[in-house]
This record gives sequence, C-alpha cells and structure tokens, in this order.
Amino acid sequence: MPADAITNGLRRVGAGAISAVTRLGFAARFFAVVLIHSPAALKRTQLTLREIYFAGVLSLVIIMVSGLFVGMVLGLQGYDSLNKYGAGDSLGVFVGLSLVRELGPVVAGLLFASRAGSAITAEIGLMKTTEQLAAMEMMAVDPLARIVAPRFWGGVISMPLLAALFSVMGVFGAYLVGVRLIGLDSGAFWGNMRAAIDFWPDVTNGIIKSVVFGVAVSLIAVFEGYDAKPTAEGVSTATTRTVVEASLAILALDFILTVFMFRGIGG
Amino acid sequence: MNRTAIDLWVGIFVTIGLAAIVFLALKVGNLTSLAKVPSYRLEARFDNIGGLKLRAPVKAAGVVVGRVDGVRLDPKTYEAVVALRIENGYQFTKDSIASILTSGLLGEVYIGLDAGGDSAMLADGATIAKTQSAVVLEKLIGQFLFDKASGGGK
Amino acid sequence: MTAAASPPAAAPACPTENAVELAGVTYGYDAGRPVLRGIDMTIPRGKVVAIMGGSGCGKTTILRLIGGQLQPQAGRVLVAGESVPDMDRDALFAMRRRIGMLFQFGALFTDLSVFENIAFTLREHTNLPDELIRDLVLMKLNAVGLRGTAQLRPAELSGGMARRVALARAIALDPMLVLYDEPFAGLDPISLGVVGQLIRELNDALGITSVVVTHDVYESLKIVDYLYFVSEGRIIAQGTPEEVHASADPFVRQFVDGAPDGPVPFHYPAPAYADEIAAHAG
Repeated sequence: MPADAITNGLRRVGAGAISAVTRLGFAARFFAVVLIHSPAALKRTQLTLREIYFAGVLSLVIIMVSGLFVGMVLGLQGYDSLNKYGAGDSLGVFVGLSLVRELGPVVAGLLFASRAGSAITAEIGLMKTTEQLAAMEMMAVDPLARIVAPRFWGGVISMPLLAALFSVMGVFGAYLVGVRLIGLDSGAFWGNMRAAIDFWPDVTNGIIKSVVFGVAVSLIAVFEGYDAKPTAEGVSTATTRTVVEASLAILALDFILTVFMFRGIGG
Repeated sequence: MNRTAIDLWVGIFVTIGLAAIVFLALKVGNLTSLAKVPSYRLEARFDNIGGLKLRAPVKAAGVVVGRVDGVRLDPKTYEAVVALRIENGYQFTKDSIASILTSGLLGEVYIGLDAGGDSAMLADGATIAKTQSAVVLEKLIGQFLFDKASGGGK
Repeated sequence: MTAAASPPAAAPACPTENAVELAGVTYGYDAGRPVLRGIDMTIPRGKVVAIMGGSGCGKTTILRLIGGQLQPQAGRVLVAGESVPDMDRDALFAMRRRIGMLFQFGALFTDLSVFENIAFTLREHTNLPDELIRDLVLMKLNAVGLRGTAQLRPAELSGGMARRVALARAIALDPMLVLYDEPFAGLDPISLGVVGQLIRELNDALGITSVVVTHDVYESLKIVDYLYFVSEGRIIAQGTPEEVHASADPFVRQFVDGAPDGPVPFHYPAPAYADEIAAHAG
C-alpha cells in the first residue's frame, strides 16, 4: 500500500537522522578524548614523526604533481580570459590569489583526504578487525593514546605544509606556462602578484584554512577507522565514508571560512 | 623503514613545507611591506569615494606610502570621512591634495597624494584640506549628454 | 622444548586461593537477550581450567568479563579477590598488567617485528634498559621455541608460529593469570600438540593460572585440571578430565563424542519441512 510505503520511508528517514545525530555526538566525544590523550602522544615524538612520514611525506608526490598541473591549467585558462581585457600581465595575480586563498588548501585537502585519510582509516579499521586494538587494551596500553592520537596529529601537522607546497608548485606551473610558454613579462608576473597578494589576509587565511581542513580530515579518518565494523566489509565501508565525509566537510568548511575571512571583498 | 630514515624524510618534508610557506609570504605575497611599520594617521573628507575600499593603497608619485584604514560617513555633513595610515618616513605638506584615482581603466581604486609647496607638514591626526572626489561614470555621461544637448540645441 | 627459567621472585603471587571467581554473572550484548545467565565459576590458583561449549555460547564473553572489557549486568567478577567491574581506570590498567591474554589467531601487531611485539609491554610499562629487554624477549621466545624468528614480521609467520609468538607476548611481563581465547583454532596437529604442551608447561613452570576457552575436546582433556561446559548461557556440566570422560550427561557426551545431534540440535529452528514443501507446491 502506498500509505505504508510512505510511513515506512518516513520512519527510516527519522531513524537515519537520529542515528546520524547520535553518531555526531559520539564523534564529538571521541574528538575530546583524542585531544585529552594528545599530550601523552606528542611526547612520544617517534610515534608522531612516523605518522607525519606516512601521512605527509608519502603524499608529497601526488600533492606536488597535482599542484604543478593545476597551476599550469590555471595559467592557460586564466591567460585566455584575461588577455581579452588586455590584462594578461595580471596572470600572476589571478593564479596566486586563486591558489593561496582557495585552491591550495581545498584541493590539497581533498587529495589528502583520499590518499592519507583513507589509508589511516583502513589501517585503524584493520587493526580493529584483527583484534590488535583489543589486545593493546588488554595489555593496559590505551589504543587512543598510542594508535589514534599520533595519526591525528600526523595529519594535522602535514596538511598546512602540503597545502603550501601545492600553492608553490601551482604558482611555478603558472610561471612555466605564462612566462616561458606564452611569453609574458617575468617582472610583471611576479611584481603584480606580489603587489596584489598580502600576507595578511591572503596567505595567513590560506594557512588557517589548511589547518582547519587538516583537523577535519584527520578526525574523520581516525574516527571512521576506530568505529568501523570489524569485518572486511566494514573496513571498506569505513574507508569510503572517510573520503566522502572528509571531502564534503572540506567544501562546507571552506564556504563558511571564506564568508568570515573575506567579508570585506567587494566593498 | 628504520628510525633514522623516517626522521630524515620527515625533517626534509617539514623543512620544504615551511620554506614553501615562507616563499608564499615573501615572493608571492608582500610580507616585507607594512608588516608593523611605524605610521601616523591622517584624515580626508570626500563628497564621493566611488569604489574606494578598506586597505586600498595610498600612493604618492605612484609609490605606495600607506593604506586606507577606515571609511565612514559624517552624519551631519554627509561627507565621506576616510582615515589614512601613512608610513612615518613620508611627510606631506599642509596643502597636499588627496584625490581618488583608478589605476588603469578597470583597476583598483586608490588615493593619490600630491604634495604642495607649504613649509608646514601635516601632523598625526591632521585633516587634509584639499580633496578631489572620485569620478562617477554616470555623472560624467550625464554631463556629456547635457553638454551635447545644450550645444546641439543652438 | 625447555620451559622458561623465570626467577620466582619476579612472578607476582596471587594473594587469594582463587585466581578468578564468577558468581551469578549475567550479561547480554543487547539488554533483552542475555548471553550469560547466572554463571558461577571458580578458578583456583595455579590450575589450568578449560571453558568449553559450542560456538556463540558466550565463552569469549566470559574472558572479556574477566579482563574488564565488559561489565556484567548482574553478579560478581573477582580477580585475585578484587571486583573487576568496580575498578576505576587506573586500577583496571594495573590489573591488566598482571594478566596476559592470547587472542584468537594471535592479534600480533602487524607493523612491528616479532621482537618488538614481545618487547611491547616491556617498553610501555617498565623502564628497563635495552639490554635487559633484549634478554627477556629472547628468553620468552626461547620458551616457545621461536628464538630464531625474532627479526621476522608477523606476516611472515605460519599460523602456528604466530600463535606461539602471541603466547610469548602474553607472558612477557610474567603475569599471574593468562587467558587463552581459542588457542587451538585452525592449527595443524603438530602445532596443536605444541601449543597444548606449552600452555601446560608454562603454567606449571611460571606458577601462573590459565583459563582456556576452546572447543577442542581432545587437546583440552590432555592438559587441563578442570573443565566447565557452557550452553545457552548456563554452566551445564563441570568436572575433572576423568569425571568428564566418565560422564553420562547427554550434552557432555555429545560434545566429547562429537555427535552431530543430541541436546544441541542439528537443525536450526524452522517450520516443519513437510509444510514448507507444501507451501511452495501450492
């Protein structure tokens, strides 16, 4: 009966909403516990360094290559449009602002979520499935302090550095296209860019954004791993959730932050 | 992966990451200018500031000497009151003219300062007496059409 | 195969007669469906006790209750005379340092070598210098006969070897109580015999108490001092190996003889077969 189908559907939506909210509450408590355990984890510098290596260093290649390509594309597309208004010399401004304010933190964040975030989730989920986390608990070692917190901080520390490297490679890519390929004046490229981009607010806001994204991605990654169902299917679901939730979180946070940070734009 | 290799790579990573941030700050942005340069305050009143925005540059002879610090409307005289922050190294005469100009046709709006011949200099907190408001395109076109109409009507 | 020569003073003594006591313990993962109903169990100091039963009858739950990972909804759980559910976090962690646990399939840390796995608790809970840790780790590995695998990764070990390394890890801190979760699951006959012997010999040599959760009747009857049989959340039989061999209880008999049908039915509950076929045809 269609009426039954509708009520069932509504009931499922309601149940889904309630479970989403309870999950959010659980995630918030989880976040608080991870933060509480963080000083202990950070004192074990070897653990955190190892996680910075796995999250940050191993993401270098994809971040820098992507940055280069994004910068080159921005250079080509940007020049195409700017040249129509005789503003070809502003290519540096266009590319620099786009990267530093937005594309650097956001695209680097999305790439980081896919590469490092999913890896962290899979690793923690697998440790849960093979009872390694339970074994650690039974050995009176808190897995939150030893496994989760170092991975969280590894991600948070790596993100701003990766975003900055992305932006730098992007600017370099635009330079290659604009100055070397198209033949714009190198002095105008760098000079206009420097004049238009301020450290405060442009660069610092970009850094703040990447830190916020780092926190969001790392938190989602460790949470989904820790919360995964201890089966092969459960780990796979958790990994997918990490990438999807982290990507959406980055885009939503980007919007909110941009509204607050660049309110003065447009007079 | 043994410990020393990991330490080495993390060290390299953090170093180039920080170097990238510094590069962005200095080479891409303009950190060196006006970070915390000692400056003083001037005021200027305009009938119309056009598209002048906060933090717009203040230039003299094309050189950036300061920034627009604040913009407000005087409720009694309905004039725009613009606060300028000028670097201490640059002093301007009391009869300087502050004009609102546009760099290029579509460029950003800035304040240009032309120094006069007066021997006395503007002090901290002083008001620039002579100002030139922004050119509003609509009024210009209206003026042009009006002139055309009155000239063509002869 | 030599037993670990552990200095007697190092093994923490169990102050009470019974290492573990469960009294009237009831527990259910869901509130409405109890997995354990009113379990009474005493595990005397220095003995090897087996908890047997079919799959999913709550044996692993008992281990989790002893280890403090779960709280019973009713009843008492005492370890060395102290109530586990009432312990705060610090007391619980202190108690867990005196318990070793062997997980099903080993649960070795896959990102650490065999050596580091066993050294894990030593590094986390003691300030011993590296040379002393090295000696202790090699001693434990020697006790289980795997000293040569110290530098291998868990992924490079066979199932039986991984199980033995996990055993060495469980006794790294010379615990007073060792819990074994299905130590014989999935092992070949030789490894079965090895693990069984190790459980018995280490128990006697180190003066510890062992609780073995398993459904391997043959191995258990060879090495344990006492057995408990659990079915549908209750203890339905208990006794020494001799008593169990001679028991006339139908459940014990079905279990020991490995008969497919008996008190534990062959068929999962379903409507009558004739009715199901008729429904399809009709």
